[in-house]
Amino acid sequence: MSSREKILSQIKINQPDFQELNVNFKFDTVYESLYEKFAETLSFVGGEALEVNSFAEIKADIQKHYQGITNIATTIDELLELADFSLNITDPHELEMLNLVIIEGDFAVAENAAIWVSEKQLPHRALPMITQYLAIVIHKTDIVANMHRAYERVKVDETGFGTFISGPSKTADIEQSLVIGAHGARGLVVYVMAG
Amino acid sequence: MNSIKIDHATASVEFNKDEAHVNWHDETLWFVRSKRDKAVFQLPEWEQLREAGSQIKNHVLSNMHDLLLEFEEKATANGITVHWAANAQEHNEIIYSIIKSEGVNRMVKSKSMLTEECHLNDFLKTKGVEVIDSDLGERIVQMREETPSHIVLPAIHLKKSDVGETFHKHLGTKKGATDPQYLTEAARQHLRDTFLTRKVALTGVNFAIAETGGFVVCTNEGNADMGVHLADVHIACMGFEKIIPKVEHLGVFLRLLARSATGQPITTFSSHFHKPRAGQKMHIVIVDNGRSKQLGRPDFRNSLKCIRCAACLNTCPVYRRSGGHSYHTAISGPIGSILAPNLDMAQNADLPFASTLCGSCSNVCPVKIDIHEQLYKWRQVLVQAGHVSSIKSIGVKSMASVLSSPSFYRTAGKLGRFLMKNTPFMTNNHLNTWYDQREMPEVPKESFREWFIREKGNK
Repeated sequence: MSSREKILSQIKINQPDFQELNVNFKFDTVYESLYEKFAETLSFVGGEALEVNSFAEIKADIQKHYQGITNIATTIDELLELADFSLNITDPHELEMLNLVIIEGDFAVAENAAIWVSEKQLPHRALPMITQYLAIVIHKTDIVANMHRAYERVKVDETGFGTFISGPSKTADIEQSLVIGAHGARGLVVYVMAG
Repeated sequence: MNSIKIDHATASVEFNKDEAHVNWHDETLWFVRSKRDKAVFQLPEWEQLREAGSQIKNHVLSNMHDLLLEFEEKATANGITVHWAANAQEHNEIIYSIIKSEGVNRMVKSKSMLTEECHLNDFLKTKGVEVIDSDLGERIVQMREETPSHIVLPAIHLKKSDVGETFHKHLGTKKGATDPQYLTEAARQHLRDTFLTRKVALTGVNFAIAETGGFVVCTNEGNADMGVHLADVHIACMGFEKIIPKVEHLGVFLRLLARSATGQPITTFSSHFHKPRAGQKMHIVIVDNGRSKQLGRPDFRNSLKCIRCAACLNTCPVYRRSGGHSYHTAISGPIGSILAPNLDMAQNADLPFASTLCGSCSNVCPVKIDIHEQLYKWRQVLVQAGHVSSIKSIGVKSMASVLSSPSFYRTAGKLGRFLMKNTPFMTNNHLNTWYDQREMPEVPKESFREWFIREKGNK
C-alpha cells in the first residue's frame, strides 16, 4: 500500500462522525467611514494613505517624495512618464534593481488595511516584495469593511497567485523591536483616488 | 520512568538561574499577550469568530478524508504535484529527491514548523544540501545552531546583544552593535543574496483550500514570497490538518490568526498560491507523521484544530518562566505538550505536567481547543502507561488516601501544622522541591474546621 492509501485509509477509520457545518461564519462590520478606518489602520501597520484626485497629483507627490531616485517601474499607463525601468522582462531576478514600484490594487479592506493584488495587476509575482519602496493606487469606492466582504468580492483562483498586502514588510524578531523593511518593501504609500 | 535526557523541570531550573533574564522573558511575552488583547477587544464579534473557527475545524476533522481528496484533485488540476508522506523520514526523502532532481545542493526555506518537527535541515545536511532559513528569527537561531524556542517568535529567548554577537561572527557586523535596525539591515542584505541565488525554495502552509486546490502562506517579512517567486521550484509542506473546506472560511481564519499571534490585524503578506508561475514547478507534500493516530484519540483529536498562532504560549505562566527550549520538542508550550506525547509518550511524558492547568491557554485559543483539559487527560494516560516517575504517583496516591478519610485528614492537618511550626526543617529542605523558589507563609493556629466549630459554639 502506498503512503497515500495508508494515510487516507487511517484517516477514514479514525475521523469522528460527520459533523455538519451550520454555524454563522460571516459578520458585518460597520465603520462611519471606510476610508478613515483604512487610513488609520494603514498608519498603525506602518504605511501611509494619501487622498488624491488625479494621476497628476500622484505624479507630483512621487516626484517630491522620491527625488532623484532611479529604477522606478509602474504598471499604470498614466504614470509611465515616471518610470525608467521596463517590466517587459522574463527573468524576475532583474527586478532586484528596483527602487520604487507603483502598482494598482484591486481593492482594500478597512479593518486591516490589506490590499488585494493578483496576477491581474502584477506582471511578476515578486514585484511588490523585491522593490525597495512600494506605492499602490486604489479607488476610494473600492474599500470593503472586513475580510468576509473581501472574500465575497475576490475570486482567489482567478489567477495563479494573489496576495493581501498590509503595510510595508516588517519584523520584530530582535527583542520585539519593530523594524520596518525586513525582506520586502521598506515603505508603502497608498494613493486613494477620490470618486 | 521515562528516558528523557533533560526533562522540562530540570531544564526550567537551569533557565531560572538568571533571574533578570527570566523576568525579561516573562514580561516580553506578556507584552505580546497584551497586544493580542488590544486587537481582540476591537472586534465585538470576537467570541463568535472563535466559535466559527472552532466549528469549521470540527467539521474539517470529521470530513478530513474527503476534503483531502478534493484538495488533491483540484491542486493536481492546477498543475501542482501532490506528494504524501506517512512520516518524517518520508517527508525528508521526498524533499531531498526533488532537490536532487533539480541538480542543486542549496535551498532557501521560510518558516515551517513541520520541517522542524521532521528535522529536515539535519537530514539534508547529511545529504550535503545546505538550507538557509529566511525568517529573521529562524536565521538567528540557525546561525547559533539552536532550535526555535517559539513557533511564531523563534528567537524570543535571545537579547539583542546575543543577536549582535551572532551577527558579528557570521555576518561581520560591528562588534558590540545591538541596534535592531542595523542588525536587521545586515540580515536583509545577506538574505537578499540568498533569495537571488537559490533555485529551490520551501515554505510552510497556513491554510490549504479543498474547494480550489490552493494554499495560503502568511508572513510579515515577505521572506516566503521572496524565496518562491525567484526560485524555479516551490515546495510547500503541510500537515494534513491544515485543510479548510472553502475560500470563504479564510475570512474567519485570517481575522483570527494574526490578532491572536501578535496583535496585528493581519500579517503583512497573506499570499494565495494556486498555480506555479510560467516555467516554475510547484510541489505540495502532505504529511501524516502521527496525525492520523491523534485523529483517532477522542480526547486529544481537538489538538489538530490548531492554527499555530502561539497565543497559548504567550499567555502560559509556565512557558513564560521556563522558556521554549525547556520543552525539548519542535512545538513548545501548552499546545506542543498535547501534540508531543502522541508522537512519543516515553520521551514527552514530562510535558503535560509542565502546566498549572490554569486554563488561560484554552481561554485565548482562537479555535477553542480545550488545551488545559487535554493536558490533564494526558497525565492520566501517561501515569497508567507507566511513563511517570513513581515518586509522583506515590505522592498522589498518599494524598488520595488522606483526602478520602475525613478523620485521617484532620489528624494529618494537625500534625502538619505542628511539624511546620516546630520543626520547619522537616518540610523546608532540599528533598521538597516545592521550597526551591518559595517561602511558606506562617502556619495558622487552627484549621478552618476548628475555627468554625469554635465560632458556632460561641453563638
